[in-house]
Amino acid sequence: MAVKAGVLDFQGAVTEHLAALKRCGVEAVPVREAGQLAELDGLIIPGGESTTIGKLMAFSGMDEAIIKRCREGMALWGTCAGMVLMAKEVEGAAGKQPLLRLMDVTVRRNAFGRQRESFETKLDVKGIDHPIEGVFIRAPLIVQTGPTVEVLCALEKGIVAAQSGRLLATSFHPELTDDLSMHRYFLHLCQN
Amino acid sequence: MEEQGTFRVKKGLAQMLKGGVIMDVTTPEQARIAEEAGAVAVMALERVPADIRAAGGVARMADPEVILRIMDAVTIPVMAKVRIGHFVEAQILEELGVDYIDESEVLTPADEHYHINKHQFKVPFVCGARNLGEALRRIAEGAAMIRTKGEPGTGNVVEAVRHMRCVMEQIRQVVNAPEDELVVLAKEMGAPLELLREVKKEGRLPVVNFAAGGIATPADAALMMQLGADGIFVGSGIFKSEDPQARAAAIVKATREYNNPAVLANVSRGLGAAMPGLEIGTLSELDRMQERGV
Repeated sequence: MAVKAGVLDFQGAVTEHLAALKRCGVEAVPVREAGQLAELDGLIIPGGESTTIGKLMAFSGMDEAIIKRCREGMALWGTCAGMVLMAKEVEGAAGKQPLLRLMDVTVRRNAFGRQRESFETKLDVKGIDHPIEGVFIRAPLIVQTGPTVEVLCALEKGIVAAQSGRLLATSFHPELTDDLSMHRYFLHLCQN
Repeated sequence: MEEQGTFRVKKGLAQMLKGGVIMDVTTPEQARIAEEAGAVAVMALERVPADIRAAGGVARMADPEVILRIMDAVTIPVMAKVRIGHFVEAQILEELGVDYIDESEVLTPADEHYHINKHQFKVPFVCGARNLGEALRRIAEGAAMIRTKGEPGTGNVVEAVRHMRCVMEQIRQVVNAPEDELVVLAKEMGAPLELLREVKKEGRLPVVNFAAGGIATPADAALMMQLGADGIFVGSGIFKSEDPQARAAAIVKATREYNNPAVLANVSRGLGAAMPGLEIGTLSELDRMQERGV
């Protein structure tokens, strides 16, 4: 089955995700209008500034459209800021930040510190048969998970990759590396 | 093993800022207004460029107290400026934990010949450029993000347009040039050959390229985006205008919807007076900040 995936094109690392999807051999489109979601099997919310993307989503009504399509079975992957936006709760952000609240996790923003503390490391991710490069940029962490959430990868400080049904969240940026494993993992979710 | 301060991590933060607006702020209150309006980052300053221009004298790095208070006020990244070549000011900003350092022509240069060796820092740098050679020299020194210089503090977009068009035109020239002309092109542009090869291969700068220097309206921001900018810096344009809150939010929306005239028309309505502008021709050579640090 041919999979069609989109990347939310509001702000952030949009072109990097589109390029990775295309290298996986699937049709990939930037998504700017809520109407485009109807034809997608999966959507990626890229890294960027979660406050900015959240405000632009609320302004355009995209937030409600994404929630509706996810209930209908569209797969969703959030990287970094995308992970924050998918979370049910964000520490210390009560009411300050528009969230989709789709995934039963609590997220801590900028959990490793400021940009000076941003880093790269090798990661073992459940379901991927080799260590992958993890690029963490002012990255968030999952600090609490609900019963439906499966942990795919954790560092000493906390969880950096998790899945719940067709929802996937990663703290790190596979789109900044040449390794397509994480994108293929997501496309597998889009197919099911 | 964890590795900090790699070029991929430095360049990566700029990639996360793409499509966004970075706003100059001088107080925690202004920083919160910028964040609320949807800014992707703020530039912490003691004075905006228009006031630096008006005050004259030597302009230096801001008081760390001002920067720290702004860092405490918002969760988005905080940038701050150092004088060209002043690597100790940069060491201080790195110590403070600033997220990006702007080695900026807006401040009075500390070194008329050399820029900072930016490879030696974990914190990434953004630098101004008027053409491809300047941009690639800064990248060779370690800059992980480029912006046009424009003419800061003027509210006049003409120089930012000139610099963006020049960089884009020279990129097209490099892309279309046969391999055997690259060495001479590199010599003419004063650009490192290896970086020129990378530009030819990728068809763009090796790092993110924002527009800066004179952007005052939502239309200015959309213009720069249509000319190929990856994002927008607004310096004096917001907090020197009549209604900073409304203007900041409008410029964020215009930067996202830069190709949609209906949205641009809508967000441009009723914003009050923009900052007063300066005609570039009235500036003496000494007043032109863009000539600093080439």
